[in-house]
Formats: sequence, C-alpha cells, structure tokens
Amino acid sequence: MAAIKIIVQNLSLQYSDGTESLRDINLDIPANNITVLFGPAGGGKSSLLRCLNRLNDLTEVQTITGKILLDGENILDPKTDVIALRRRVGMVFARPVVLPMSIRQNLTYGLELAGEKHKSKLEEAVERSLKLAALWEEVKDRLEEAAVALSGGQQQRLCLARVLANQPEVILLDEPTSGLDPISTGKVEAALQELKKNYTIILVPHSVQQAARTADFAAFFLQGELVEAAEGKEIFTHPKEKRTEDYVEGRFG
Amino acid sequence: MKRRFKADRFLVQRMGISLIALAAILTVVPIIGLFGYIIAKGAPAISWEFLTTMPSNGMRAGGILPAIVGTFYLTLGTAVLSVPLGIAAAIYLAEYAKENWVTRLIRIAIINLAGIPSVVYGLFGLGLFVLFLKFGTSILSASLTLSIMTLPVIISAAEEALRAVPQSFRTVSISLGGTRWQTIRKIILPQALPGIMTGVILGLERAAGETAPILFTGAAFFLPRLPGSPLDATMALPYHLFVISTQVPEMPIQIQYGTALVLIVFVLGMNLIATFIRSRARAKRQW
Ligand SMILES: Nc1ncnc2c1ncn2[C@@H]1O[C@H](COP(=O)(O)OP(=O)(O)OP(=O)(O)O)[C@@H](O)[C@H]1O
Ligand SMILES: [Mg+2]
Repeated sequence: MAAIKIIVQNLSLQYSDGTESLRDINLDIPANNITVLFGPAGGGKSSLLRCLNRLNDLTEVQTITGKILLDGENILDPKTDVIALRRRVGMVFARPVVLPMSIRQNLTYGLELAGEKHKSKLEEAVERSLKLAALWEEVKDRLEEAAVALSGGQQQRLCLARVLANQPEVILLDEPTSGLDPISTGKVEAALQELKKNYTIILVPHSVQQAARTADFAAFFLQGELVEAAEGKEIFTHPKEKRTEDYVEGRFG
Repeated sequence: MKRRFKADRFLVQRMGISLIALAAILTVVPIIGLFGYIIAKGAPAISWEFLTTMPSNGMRAGGILPAIVGTFYLTLGTAVLSVPLGIAAAIYLAEYAKENWVTRLIRIAIINLAGIPSVVYGLFGLGLFVLFLKFGTSILSASLTLSIMTLPVIISAAEEALRAVPQSFRTVSISLGGTRWQTIRKIILPQALPGIMTGVILGLERAAGETAPILFTGAAFFLPRLPGSPLDATMALPYHLFVISTQVPEMPIQIQYGTALVLIVFVLGMNLIATFIRSRARAKRQW
C-alpha cells in the first residue's frame, strides 16, 4: 500500500444556513494515486475538496470539526499558512475558468503571485506545465493569444497546467470533464494517469463510469456520509455496502 | 374571422411602434434643438481670443479665460480628492465588507446623498470648509464641497463595476495562492477599470457643471487675475454664465451663448470620453 498523503479524521462540516454537508468523515488518501470521491448530488464531495485547500474559507461555514492531516500537519489549524497550503494543494474546477489574459500569463500567474520574477524560471514552468497537461503541442505557437480563444477542452487543460505550474503536491479536480466532449475527456484522463506518478490526485468524477475507469482508490459519499472507501477494483466489482452496490449498479443517483 | 383578428393584431402592433417612435422623437427633438440653438447663437462668439484672454469692460467684452481655467482647476481638485477615496470605499464595500447593518447603513447613506439638492452641499461646504476649517472662499473649499457631492456617484458606479467582475476569477486567483489584495490588484481592478472610469467621469462632469455648491465656497464674481494657489477663490464657467446672464446690465447676448457653448463642450467632451472608454472596453472584454 502506498504512503498516506492526507488523513481526514472525524471531519464534520456545517454551512451557516444549517446544511450539514459532511458528517464524521474518516478517510486516508494515498500518495501517487488517483483517489476518486463519488456519489449522488449533494453528497459532500465538493465540500470535502474545498476543505482540503481551505477554499471553504471563502464560503459561509458555521462549524468545522475534526482534522485534516497533510503530511502529518493539521491544515484546519487556524495558524496554517493558507497561501502556502493552496500552492501545495491546487484545484481544477468543473467549469474551465481562464483568467482574462494571455495563455502565457495564465500559466505564470500563480508563480508571479509568489514573487517569481526570473524570466527563465517562468519560461521553464510554462513549457513544463503545458507538456504535463498534454497541451503543449496545440498552443506552443500561440502563447501570447488570449486564453479565452481556446476551445473548452483546451481551456480545461490550461487550467490543469496552471495548477501544475505552481508545482503542487496534491491536485484536486472537481468534475473537471463535466463540460467536455469524449476526446477532450480522454486527454484529461490520460494526463492524470501520467501525473499520478508524481502527484497525489483527488478526483470527483462526473459519472460512475469515469469513477470506475480512473480510480485507484475510491470513496462513496451519500448525503454527507462516507459510506465506503476501498481500492477501485474492489468497490466497483464487490462493494461491501448495499447502498454502494445500488449506486454503482445504477439503481439510484 | 381568423384573418380579421390577425390583421387587427398587426394594426395594434404598428400603432404601438408608432407611439414609441413618437416618444423617441419628442425626447430627441428638444435636445437637438437646444444644442442647435446654443451653437447657432454662441459659435460666432468663439475665437482664440475669447478662449485665451481676460474679460474686459466689466465682462461685457474680452474673453472668458479665468472661468475656463477655474472650472478646470475645480474639476481637477475634485478628481484628486474624490477619485482615490471613492475607489477605495467601493473596493471596501464590494470586496471586503461583510453584509451587515453597518454596510447597509453606508449604502443607504450613499443612495440618499446622491439625491440631496446641490445647494444643500453648498451650504454644508460653507459651514464646514469655509468657516469652521477656515479654508475661506477658495478652490480648496469648493473642490472639497464638489468632492462630497461627487463621491456617492463614484462609489456606486465603482462598486457596481467591481461586482460585475465574475466571482469565479476571485475563486481561481485565491485557489492559486493569491491573497485577496493581489486578486483585486491583478484581476478585479483592471477588469473593472473601464466601468469605474465611466462612473468617475460622469461624476466629475456633474461637478464641472454645478453652480450651487461653489456659490458660497469658492466662486468669484470677477477676478482680475488667474488664481495662484488652492486657497484663492476662482471664477468658474457655470457661475460666470449665471453672472453674465442675470447680474450684468447691457451684456452682449453673444458672449452669454458663447460661454454656454464652451461649458457644454467641456461637459459633453467628458461624456464622450466616458462613452468611448465604455464601448472600447465592451469590445475587448473577455467575459
Ligand atoms: N456554500 C454553501 N452554503 C450552504 N450549503 C452548501 C454550500 N455548498 C454546498 N452546500 C450544501 O452542502 C451539501 C453538500 O454539497 P456539495 O456541493 O459538497 O455536494 P457534492 O457531492 O459536490 O454534490 P454535486 O455532485 O451536486 O456537486 C448540499 O446539501 C449542498 O446544498
Ligand atoms: Mg460538487
């Protein structure tokens, strides 16, 4: 079994409107694997992702209890340097959001925020991250163009590359291919398979099929509860829980 | 039967369109008429000399240079005082302030400030800046008074422009390790800038054309020389126009309309710049 990168301990989260979106979650997330969080709408998958890089700080959260240990350090600790944390734990959203600037500027944005000024370093990051996101060949001659000019699939890979330029350790992806065609989806999934060698990847898939295709490990969420977590092979063929089985076999959801 | 009904509907629609067109004509015609009238009456007065020399013969001859310069100074002073403060306030309201009774109170105050008659601002300026703070009747007092009048316009417009920038840009920037301020400076402000500029110019344009707020705070009936410091009083186009239209007997009508024309061009020019900025930004916008 791979080394554990993130340990979620007794995590509960309640939004200020009273919604209890996570209830006593315990989950170990292995390094250098794709961990898939799946389940029907409103299960708390996005809520958990947003805890992992403290993006929840931007929303109205009532109470959050429990711990999230990243390499042994509790990131929910108020003393955590959230800026540094968000560089270590990058996030790709469901809808590709390119910033209103050129392709190159999108890629160097994160590094420039961190104060990186060396042209060669930035240049190197642009090429490296685009190659990792399988976008280099398509855009290498048009880096100065506005990023919105790219197709939806290219924009989403640009968003992935933009996260990679920050050299994170963990990559969170929340239904990254929900708006993409099958070919673009294939490219993103292939890139993730390559990336997991060096990164810890946590993916909320947009379908059970994608979950089964991509998961090394998988966790099934139902109404704020973690029903079952196991290796991908296990959970999609021999789920232990009846509720998991029903969902995986498409009886609800 | 059915055909009749259709024809009726068509007729009603046509009548509706005609009514709307009539309304449009009724609003546009007086405006064009007004401009045409002022241009026709005022244009003969306009000359290089009119724009660049001091008035003479009790303002019945010569130019209107001090009024032009004065209005320029007042507008500039108002801009220097109100623009940074207004934008800062808008950033606070749009990006930092939590929704609570304090911010609601601030917003209500801003909306109501925008509705106060300008002469009230003038009295307020007289009490606070001229008398209490002893700035005297001066460009400084007048600019401060105009600033207070302009601030609500700038704050509302800037806040609206900031809020129009998609929330997703903020989320992405923060998720890439940006601080709130970096996000504002690098993404939100540049994207909102055209909208902010439009609001700023429209606010200043109003300030440039106002008479009442400067009446007791900085405007002079007549000055033989140009103001030399912010603590000097100044002539200004709108007040000068008022003076030569009502206070000076045997005033050549040409000079009155010439002055009106200069004021309109000044204000309208600012308006055109604002329109230009807005349309160019719309064309370039990526969201
Ligand atoms: N900002 C918020 N404020 C209040 N309630 C929220 C907020 N975000 C999510 N919720 C609620 O928390 C619960 C879990 O939502 P979450 O988005 O985490 O689910 P999800 O598993 O990602 O669902 P989906 O598959 O639809 O994306 C839902 O009931 C949702 O309505
Ligand atoms: Mg979700």
